[in-house]
Amino acid sequence: MTQAGGVVFQVLQSVLIVLAAPLVLGWVNQCRAWLQNRKGPGVFQPYRVLNKLFHKDAVLAHNASTLFRATPYVIFGCMWLAVGIVPVLATHLPFAPAADVIALVGLFALARVFVSLAAMDIGTSFGTLGARREMMIGFLAEPAMLMTLFTASLISQSTSLPTIVETLGGRELVIYPSMAFAAVAFLMVLLAENARIPIDNPSTHLELTMIHEAMILEYSARHLALVEWAASLKLTAYVTIGFAIFVPWGIAHAGDWSALPVALAALVVKLGLAGAGLALLETVSAKMRIFRAPEFLGTAFLFATLGMLTHFLLER
Amino acid sequence: MDLSTLQPVEAAVTLAVAWIALGGLALGFARRPAVITSIIYPAGALVALALALTGVWAINAPPSAAILPAGLPDLPFHVRIDALSGFFLLLLGGVTFGISLFSAAYFRGGEGSTSLVCVQYHVFLASMAFVLMADDAYLFMVTWESMALSSYFLVTTDHHREENRKAGFIYLLIAHLGAIAILLSFGVLQGGLGDYRFDALRAANLTPAWATTAFLLAFFGFGAKAGMLPLHAWLPEAHPAAPSPVSALMSGVMLKTAIYGMVRVIFDLIGDIQWEWGLTVLLFGAATSLFGVLFALMQHDLKRLLAYHSVENIGIILIGIGLAMVFIGSGHPVAGALGLIAGLYHTLNHAVFKALLFLGAGSILKSTGLRNLNEMGGLIRYMPHTAGYFLVGALAISALPPLNGFISEWLTFQASLQAPLLESSVVRSLVPIVAAVLALSGALTGMCFVKVYGVAFLGQHRHALVEKPRDASGWERAGMLWLTIGCFALGLLPVFMLGQLNIVSRALIGDGLGEEALAAGWLWLVPTSSQQASYSPVIFLLVIAAVFGLTFLAVRWLYHGRLRRADPWDCGFPEQTARMEDTADGFGQPIRHIFEPIFLIRREIPRPDDRAPVFRQEVEDRHWAWLYRPVADLTEFVSRHVGRIQQGRISIYLLYSFITLIALLVFAL
Repeated sequence: MTQAGGVVFQVLQSVLIVLAAPLVLGWVNQCRAWLQNRKGPGVFQPYRVLNKLFHKDAVLAHNASTLFRATPYVIFGCMWLAVGIVPVLATHLPFAPAADVIALVGLFALARVFVSLAAMDIGTSFGTLGARREMMIGFLAEPAMLMTLFTASLISQSTSLPTIVETLGGRELVIYPSMAFAAVAFLMVLLAENARIPIDNPSTHLELTMIHEAMILEYSARHLALVEWAASLKLTAYVTIGFAIFVPWGIAHAGDWSALPVALAALVVKLGLAGAGLALLETVSAKMRIFRAPEFLGTAFLFATLGMLTHFLLER
Repeated sequence: MDLSTLQPVEAAVTLAVAWIALGGLALGFARRPAVITSIIYPAGALVALALALTGVWAINAPPSAAILPAGLPDLPFHVRIDALSGFFLLLLGGVTFGISLFSAAYFRGGEGSTSLVCVQYHVFLASMAFVLMADDAYLFMVTWESMALSSYFLVTTDHHREENRKAGFIYLLIAHLGAIAILLSFGVLQGGLGDYRFDALRAANLTPAWATTAFLLAFFGFGAKAGMLPLHAWLPEAHPAAPSPVSALMSGVMLKTAIYGMVRVIFDLIGDIQWEWGLTVLLFGAATSLFGVLFALMQHDLKRLLAYHSVENIGIILIGIGLAMVFIGSGHPVAGALGLIAGLYHTLNHAVFKALLFLGAGSILKSTGLRNLNEMGGLIRYMPHTAGYFLVGALAISALPPLNGFISEWLTFQASLQAPLLESSVVRSLVPIVAAVLALSGALTGMCFVKVYGVAFLGQHRHALVEKPRDASGWERAGMLWLTIGCFALGLLPVFMLGQLNIVSRALIGDGLGEEALAAGWLWLVPTSSQQASYSPVIFLLVIAAVFGLTFLAVRWLYHGRLRRADPWDCGFPEQTARMEDTADGFGQPIRHIFEPIFLIRREIPRPDDRAPVFRQEVEDRHWAWLYRPVADLTEFVSRHVGRIQQGRISIYLLYSFITLIALLVFAL
């Protein structure tokens, strides 16, 4: 496979993920509906919502600045880049060296800062409240996330995701204690970063508890559509990063294009299971008070650190 | 003078003298401030630019030395420029160019006497240049002192306000404590030979105990000037007190001379580095960075907040340098070079974005008269240019890709991921934890600058504006634009600076990055090998920009771009006043809650039946309570008792002299 073929493949892969991301969210919501004995709107509901939103006229507050209008596009761009970098189907990605895992964390931070700034732009009470809480969750989650990724990096001697996938996917199938700790930490960070229960509730608009929804209250129509789409992309990006590190089996290694159909099937199965698991987790747990969040994420950080230390002490 | 034999050192000395001359010229134009602002400052800026170019030249040329026709008889000043000096001259010149352009407009009808400020400003610049060029301890200490003194006068420019005088005093005090430690360190280094040229200091053979003493003295001496914990207390007092361009110079450049001194003494003069020293630097760096950002989050005075962020960034630089020392001390010079390069890169980055932020704060202060964040708000609508530049600075300092702050933090992370090389398992697991502290302080910085930007530039106005604030003027914008370009250039094309720093590292520790690192091309930043890690800020930015543009067009093509304006929604609450927004203190509330034990919080909460309720809350630095006040009390106690022997009668003093004389005679015989 030539370099040009790789480029085309990477672009196609990112387009595929961007188009499929709302479906992941729809699947999670549908599973949750089933678990709660509801019929549910169907897995394609997010597409209908996006279509509706794109059709509407945008309503903008009088004092909204350019920053507010640019932010949905910026975060959509950030999330597209994120899903474009992650080896979802194959590790042969010519652009993947453009950002390693640390840069990915930086990318999520960039998007978070922009959303928070946009939330403060209008100057409403809920916007600033949401921004403050989001940044709090963010600064707690980021070190835990980095420690998790460091554990994987120290094992594979690399911070580039394709190399991590190839190293970890090539190991024999036993449970490594360091990776078990890191996986728990990663799951906790994933829940917090994607505004899921127990940190935030994606389906609430109850004033006192919302975080992510409070920040995007002032968005409407196409802006809101892009923000929502970016949110589903972020969830997909996190889940696929999790796959790449903790269950890398099935992802086609460099040069092996015949493995692509298997990789696609593996991805669908993994996403299906992960979505159902997420729905189950959200159904059986309750949302925490906002000031329990530091304990939750502190625990995640502790797990990640333990994972790293176990690697140093036991697995060398 | 023959240009073909011109050495970098001659050019640099000439330029530094030109700065002094410009300062002297300003005295002659004391009656005509317009000449000073529109001619002397821009001329100083050009000198700075030339100095920056000389710096680049010096990095790529062999070291050059000279003896100045000044100093005491038989004790001339030696100057020498090698790659390390060249790099710091580049930093000094490049950043000063922007600040001096800004000053050209800022000091127009500004604080203090224009001509005096101009003299002090240029003497300050020249002394920093000479500190970087000094090749003997004598010239180093003389210029170090003149740097401290000229900046003291700049800090107390507005000396009618008591807090500024107090800030100046604390600054001078700690600067001198640091200077004593540095002097003692040089004293230890000369090893009893009495020769204070740096060559002699390099050659002196020290026992490990004396070398450690010299290291500790230099580390704390330069640390005091750099604002390292626990000697940081002067920094958040002195930097805000100075006029904004001077704050930018002090935070951006002067702190870096301390980093220069530290690197020069530890890596060059002492040379034989122990890994335990590195661990000390690493831990102090981690503590400094976390502490600095936590206190920055508590501030509502914009310049004070920025000053605390300087403390934080010095911590990050120290983490890089500490990593380098740990690796070099345990015999891994290539990983050490990565740490050193990360530290030096962050030194340059911090100089650029912190100067930019201080200049932005200066613009706000000049047009609104405000320093308190809680009184600002909505400035983006009046000062769009300043708001734009400030946003770039804020994103850069928050270590967000693809700007420059991210590059150096990324390099620091990469250096810390070399930890498996180390033998001691304690150090090996400590290094990634320090990296996690770095991640935490990076994320907290992001929060802090969301607070700053959101509260100051976005939202509604909190202040009853008498007149509409004006945006920065031409010169001011030019200064900020230059530094903004610096943030982008250092962030998007890091490979060029990496190549220069690699030369510095080779000259200093004899080792640099691996072959593969530099062979990757201008697009890719590769610290060790492309298998291990790589990052390409240009592609990064291009993808985001392309998606931005294509989405924008696609939405308009597939759907429409209709827009209408209305009142904000805010969950249907009918009225929104500025008092309902978060203030800067409100935004920091989660931090106060989570990190409560670190702060000394005094709260005054009104009783429910209070007729005129007042809620007051003050956050204080614990160091004042456990370190500074006890030391001050002890000093006062001792001096009170020493004061007893001062009776004020001449006969008693004569008696003292007589006793001393007898004692000396007895001692001598």
